[in-house]
Amino acid sequence: MIEFIPSLAGGMLIGLSASMLLLLNGRIAGISGIVGRLAQGSHIGTNSVFVAGLIFGPIVHGLAAGQPPASTITTSWPLLVVAGLLVGFGSRMGSGCTSGHGVLGLARLSPRSFVAVVTFLTAGLVTVGFIRGVMP
Amino acid sequence: MRNSAPNIATALVSGLIFGLGLSLSGMIDPVRVQGFLDVFGAWDPSLAFVLGGAVVVAFLGVAVSRRLSKPAFDREFHLPGTQTIDRRLVVGSALFGIGWGIAGFCPGPAISALALGKVEVVVFVLAMVLGVVAHDKWAGQIN
Repeated sequence: MIEFIPSLAGGMLIGLSASMLLLLNGRIAGISGIVGRLAQGSHIGTNSVFVAGLIFGPIVHGLAAGQPPASTITTSWPLLVVAGLLVGFGSRMGSGCTSGHGVLGLARLSPRSFVAVVTFLTAGLVTVGFIRGVMP
Repeated sequence: MRNSAPNIATALVSGLIFGLGLSLSGMIDPVRVQGFLDVFGAWDPSLAFVLGGAVVVAFLGVAVSRRLSKPAFDREFHLPGTQTIDRRLVVGSALFGIGWGIAGFCPGPAISALALGKVEVVVFVLAMVLGVVAHDKWAGQIN
């Protein structure tokens, strides 16, 4: 049960960040959209400092905790490339990812986002089930 | 207006809080994300609390925003206007979900995890940006 508390607190911070960006700047904190706009050279100032803030997050967390946050990557490089391409292409095609559809979209009770979340969660769990079933 | 000092400061602090949340919650750990998606195996439900906590707090933010005519530092709210559930939404989300399952990274956590200084994260993020650019070029051509 204790391992749920950092996850819940972390989730609430994400919700706070999204609320803040909405109420102050009037923007949706959707990361794939922010990456897309940065790549197109649109709103460079706000989008680049948001991305910088994302990267500072684990550094501040690590300094406060006295050790770097845990992160274990077991995926091979070729599969990481395939996965990265799918995540980038797919999240833009579907107009959002876990943040834009998952957090803001569900919070706005958007039917489109509900469909997106059910679709990517299903695809994700089928993929993990397949990978762990084929390569246990 | 949209790139004024308050907008920039808001984006920076908001990004930092978002990154802290991703780090604290365990979302930047691909093995945990895959454990969350592994409902047919040794399921780790803890990350459901990330989405739950985030949606509840964001719901309050959205509720407040609906009572306002405009945000503090802009002339209007910039919200997605599309309502239609089309093939693009479903196919795109499915492709994204497959990639998410393979690597255990979605866009936000992947960018935050760059802080860890691992080459694998850089490889994933470069491929992801390539995927974003490829999509936007392709979508620009078919439209």
